[in-house]
Amino acid sequence: MREIAFRDALNEALAEEMERDPDVFLMGEEVAEYNGAYKVSKGLLDQFGPRRVIDTPIVELGFAGLGVGAALAGLKPVIEMMTFNFAILALDQVVNHAAKARYMSNGQLSCPIVIRGAGGAGGSLAAQHSQSLEAHYAHVPGLKVMMPATPKDAKGMLKTAIRDPDPVIFIESEVLYGYKGEVPEEEYLIPMGKGEIKREGGDCTVITWSRMVHTVMDAAEELKNSDGVDVEVLDLRTLRPLDKDLIRESVKKTNRVVVVEEAWPWASVGASVADFVARDLFDWLDAPVGRVNQRDVPMPYAFNLEPLSLPSVERVAEAVKKACYL
Amino acid sequence: MADTETTVQAQELDGELAATAREELGDERILEMLRTMVLLRRFEHHAGRAYQRRKIQGFCHLYSGQEAVAVGSLSAATMEDYIVSHYREHGHALARGMEPKAVMAELFGKVTGCAGGKGGSMHLYDVERRFMGGWGIVGGQIALGNGMAFAAKYREEEAVCIAYLGDGAVHQGIVHETLNMAQVWGLPLIAIVENNEYAMGTALERVSAVTDLEKKALAYDMAAETVDGQDVFAVYDAVKRARDRAVAGEGPTWMDIHTYRYYGHSMTDPATYRTREEVDEVKDLKDPIVRLSNWMIAEGMATQEEVDAIDDEMEELVKECVAFADESDQPDPSALTADVYVEWNADID
Ligand SMILES: Cc1ncc(C[n+]2csc(CCOP(=O)(O)OP(=O)(O)O)c2C)c(N)n1
Ligand SMILES: [Mg+2]
Repeated sequence: MREIAFRDALNEALAEEMERDPDVFLMGEEVAEYNGAYKVSKGLLDQFGPRRVIDTPIVELGFAGLGVGAALAGLKPVIEMMTFNFAILALDQVVNHAAKARYMSNGQLSCPIVIRGAGGAGGSLAAQHSQSLEAHYAHVPGLKVMMPATPKDAKGMLKTAIRDPDPVIFIESEVLYGYKGEVPEEEYLIPMGKGEIKREGGDCTVITWSRMVHTVMDAAEELKNSDGVDVEVLDLRTLRPLDKDLIRESVKKTNRVVVVEEAWPWASVGASVADFVARDLFDWLDAPVGRVNQRDVPMPYAFNLEPLSLPSVERVAEAVKKACYL
Repeated sequence: MADTETTVQAQELDGELAATAREELGDERILEMLRTMVLLRRFEHHAGRAYQRRKIQGFCHLYSGQEAVAVGSLSAATMEDYIVSHYREHGHALARGMEPKAVMAELFGKVTGCAGGKGGSMHLYDVERRFMGGWGIVGGQIALGNGMAFAAKYREEEAVCIAYLGDGAVHQGIVHETLNMAQVWGLPLIAIVENNEYAMGTALERVSAVTDLEKKALAYDMAAETVDGQDVFAVYDAVKRARDRAVAGEGPTWMDIHTYRYYGHSMTDPATYRTREEVDEVKDLKDPIVRLSNWMIAEGMATQEEVDAIDDEMEELVKECVAFADESDQPDPSALTADVYVEWNADID
């Protein structure tokens, strides 16, 4: 199968969905003439013109709100946040408006918007530009949250997100944009709310998503070689709604769970996943649910400190061994 | 660039403003201003080179071309004034008198840096000099500036806050919320828009309904001014008057200072949205350093040899900064968890 980069897979998803549905448009900072700060929208201005690929001023709250309103009026906006650090400015329109529209209107309104862009640490970008903020959104009923880990997932998930009738927050790890992987030529969708077993194993389930899938895959290889431990890697892909069935199936097989996320530990998505596992699958567990997170501090700039903060292969391996009483 | 400058000859600054500034500042301080501007230029040159060698990483936004704005405005400030800036702030930090070695070491992520290596290029701090950062979210710092102006007024200090922002930041809601409050409460805020015509790859006229940014202040009935940012004395003069008004209790000022950046937005921007001719034209006609040194030579305040010697001296100084940064240690791993909070005694007695 052909291999393409994560950013190009996203680009194909955007192009295909814009081709398919004339109501889909893309708006954000530098998306048109600059071809996107991370080149995700490369060529789309040429292909679809300035009516549908629109550069904005630096006004996250304003253009997110415009997108929410356009969605309420029946269009299918894809709003690019250059990074999710800046999407914080738009939280009012997303949380107070988009997430509430269907419910408050007793089902009269729909808000089929996608808000997407780069998230997580990008490498030496310091505290204001290195945040994993998915918990902000996953906390809110009325929103859906997707975070792909591979080019194939990125494409199929973004296509689904654009077709979804509700607001979808779609966070792309900044360090994955250049990551290459197999992507089918023919059209496919990856369903909302469905995770995937990225690696099968019988000894311990590691639940993770986005960039951390790769860290966990490396740790799984290492654990196999060093300790003969067979890790099952469960990529959630969608954080809300949660794929509870897949988690149940895997945990009933392995009886051990570690949750690995890039974000901070307190009040995080991982905390909620661990809570679900501990209560729903209590009788199936042979060990307490393990967790690996970014350290509970803002991200420092210094090159030697950032790796100490982020979850590493070593820390994942350690947590798995602990769950296996090794 | 804006037409405010078309009356000025190539590489010449406004003679009248320069003569007035000379009377006020004296030759020695003007020489110091030239030296600082050259320092900024050499510093960014070497920062760019260090970035190529991956000694500096992440986002790094160079200030070259805009030197007259930082040096002119901060020459009108006192050390009681608060200064707050965005991520393109190497120039403001150095013009504020921050130790160049500590700034370079910060860019290198070293413990000897002005934020111990935890801030990097976008987050420089020197609270002793009331240099309050170094912030990376476009527009956010102007609200902080308003708070610092509020604090100065609250404590009845004879101080103002100078807050820098870009032309792209002007459209953020926070800017307009801030200006309204500043005017209603008469806060000593001097908001300096460094209008370098682009926000990343976006030319101002593509995203601004009003390109004469001075007009933005009309909605708040605020004093405002358009300034030639390639003329260090024009900047000095405008900021000095704004400061006089602010400490006299006459409220804030909004400034649209026209300037230009020579490098791309950040080190990873090839800047294909503008032509080389456009950049060269500014360098050839409106370079703030050449303009100042030409005037000083014409006035007999310096010789060409002396100007060249300053260049050599600053080149050496910056090379020392690079060596210092290179040889400095990285922060101790224990720094990772320090300074999230401060330890404090919660007892009531
Ligand atoms: C809220 C927010 N949105 C987007 C960005 C990404 N960004 C960083 S600088 C910049 C352009 C700012 O341009 P301008 O205000 O003109 O300042 P300049 O860089 O030209 O000095 C953008 C879009 C950001 N840092 N913060
Ligand atoms: Mg600008």
